Amino acid sequence: MSTTPKEDLSAILGHFGPYGGRFVPEALIGALEELEEAHRTSQQDPAFVAELAELHRTYTGRPSIITEAKRFAEHAGGARIILKREDLNHTGSHKINNVLGQALLTKRMGKKRIIAETGAGQHGVASATAAALMGLECVVYMGEEDTKRQALNVARMKLLGAEVVPVTAGSRTLKDAINEAMRDWVTNVETTHYLLGTVAGPHPFPTMVRDFHKIIGEETREQVLALTGRLPDAVLACVGGGSNAIGIFHRFISDPSVRLIGLEAGGDGVETGRHAATITGGTPGVLHGTRSYVLQDANGQTVESHSISAGLDYPGVGPEHAYLHDIGRAEYRAITDEQAMHAFALLSKTEGIIPAIETAHALAGALQVGNELGKDAIIVINLSGRGDKDVQTAAQYFGIPLD
Amino acid sequence: MTALDNLFAKVRAENRAALIAYIPAGFPSQAGCAKVIQAFVEAGVDAIEIGFPYSDPVMDGPTIQAAAVTALENGTGSAEVMAALKTATDTGVAAVVMTYWNPIERYGVNEFAQAIAANGGSGVITPDLTIEESAGWLIATKNSSISPIYVVAPSTSDARLPKVTSACGGFVYAASLMGVTGARNSVSSGAADLVARIRKTTDLPIAVGLGVSTREQAKGVAAYADGVIVGSAFIKALQDAPNEDAGLAAVSSLARELAKGVREGR
Ligand SMILES: Cc1ncc(COP(=O)(O)O)c(C=O)c1O
Repeated sequence: MSTTPKEDLSAILGHFGPYGGRFVPEALIGALEELEEAHRTSQQDPAFVAELAELHRTYTGRPSIITEAKRFAEHAGGARIILKREDLNHTGSHKINNVLGQALLTKRMGKKRIIAETGAGQHGVASATAAALMGLECVVYMGEEDTKRQALNVARMKLLGAEVVPVTAGSRTLKDAINEAMRDWVTNVETTHYLLGTVAGPHPFPTMVRDFHKIIGEETREQVLALTGRLPDAVLACVGGGSNAIGIFHRFISDPSVRLIGLEAGGDGVETGRHAATITGGTPGVLHGTRSYVLQDANGQTVESHSISAGLDYPGVGPEHAYLHDIGRAEYRAITDEQAMHAFALLSKTEGIIPAIETAHALAGALQVGNELGKDAIIVINLSGRGDKDVQTAAQYFGIPLD
Repeated sequence: MTALDNLFAKVRAENRAALIAYIPAGFPSQAGCAKVIQAFVEAGVDAIEIGFPYSDPVMDGPTIQAAAVTALENGTGSAEVMAALKTATDTGVAAVVMTYWNPIERYGVNEFAQAIAANGGSGVITPDLTIEESAGWLIATKNSSISPIYVVAPSTSDARLPKVTSACGGFVYAASLMGVTGARNSVSSGAADLVARIRKTTDLPIAVGLGVSTREQAKGVAAYADGVIVGSAFIKALQDAPNEDAGLAAVSSLARELAKGVREGR
């Protein structure tokens, strides 16, 4: 490992080395500055910190437990496999950590309306949930393609009182939903907070969303030390925009012995060009307000991503990951649809836990890393979400009749 | 002095506003774009803004988004953008390119500025480039003697305005309202206030864009601004026409009306 960076990489104007920053229409600068200030002061406000902690205790269900996956581990070279159970959070994924934090900030800024983008629907459901809890109006933008892949989550959002707007522009997936949410925000910025769902976008989002998720790694470090008496050898997470990964990585960045491994969506295989492995297969560029790795062509046009998992189907990635990659502090690998679905089935059958297909990419990574490190290794996986929303996709994939 | 600087000196002397017309390169087709440029010039458009079509245009409404999709399907990239720019400047008209930031970064920041200059362009409008991220771009545009043109919004604070306008060259692009591009029934009253606030920070010409589509609106804006920018209205005329020739005829007559409007404002 070349360097051990300071824990807060974002100190300078929201930059992580050459990545991050703010590439947005001037109309949004005021709102981003207001948000940055609200986030900064709230982190130092004991009342805010206590309110969020209380919500996490009584509503999210934190701390989330860890589970040792002994039967799954037999397929991973016999290494000890420990799952951080973010799937047990209210609404079924890590997304709620960020959403409750930003919803509280929305109220602090005196705004009454939130908008959100969603791919898998998990962030949309979490946003609709927080809006219901706090009495905010909620509009969720979702690519039309994803509304079909994730019909169950569309219904959940509607039941929670949110309006779901199918986006028919472009590739009709997450990237286009973000475009549409940004357009809404430019127009309604006075009254509206854009509750971005991952560690991408213009400053302060990558830093702020990380701050709301870093509790995952803080809990995990203590829990693993208590269980095993030592730090893990590797911490693994799937990477779409990168929020669950940065959440579990962050507390371990200053532990140089702990390998941090992000698993990207390899789709049909990076070599086919049909994938969403942005760091593995992309190049530095600017997308959605931040500089990071991007899947793009020679003219700087964003290339459509492909993944069986709607939540990883994004041609960008958070800027802090781009930096951690470049300095060698974290590693990123691509997992194909097939490898992910194999791990999905394996965890279901060996542990009685049906993971989200996003999360299955991290599990497939653990099968590889476990076999590389052998039986003395301790590997932690962020189990970022549960698979209820994916039952239909998985049933189709495995040929299970649904009628 | 770029051709754009000369133009604004000329319209100032004539005590009127300039008409600036927008068309994406490659729209409605590569040849069609060249014809639109010709029609603009013949109708009395003072300066032309060539759009670099981009896959993720977050500042644009449905009309320009759809045009960008068409232009990209027509195979438009940086070479076609530079060719359209040259088509415009070869007529003697002042021209600039409007592009989101990533295509510039992908092309190479210095190389892009040089290519704009080599094709006779006067400047580049960068709607998503903030002043904080502009260090390299400001050097590149200076070295190539072209103008970096920034967009400011009604929400830009008085404290921030001079930071942006002092980096600007050519003109300051005042977004008339909080929102994306697209024709509107009326031009936001906030535009006049914004122009007045910008005036306090700079002697540069100020052009107003977003929502202008008729002669009456152009006349209204020309009363207080140095330039009137029209985009979506031309694109809509092309999209609504049964064929390219009819579209060109509609573009011509709209441009002639708007050219009257910018001369009636004062
Ligand atoms: C369960 C789950 N994991 C992971 C992700 C990917 O997002 P991120 O990379 O920001 O954690 C999603 C996104 O929808 C998700 O639902």
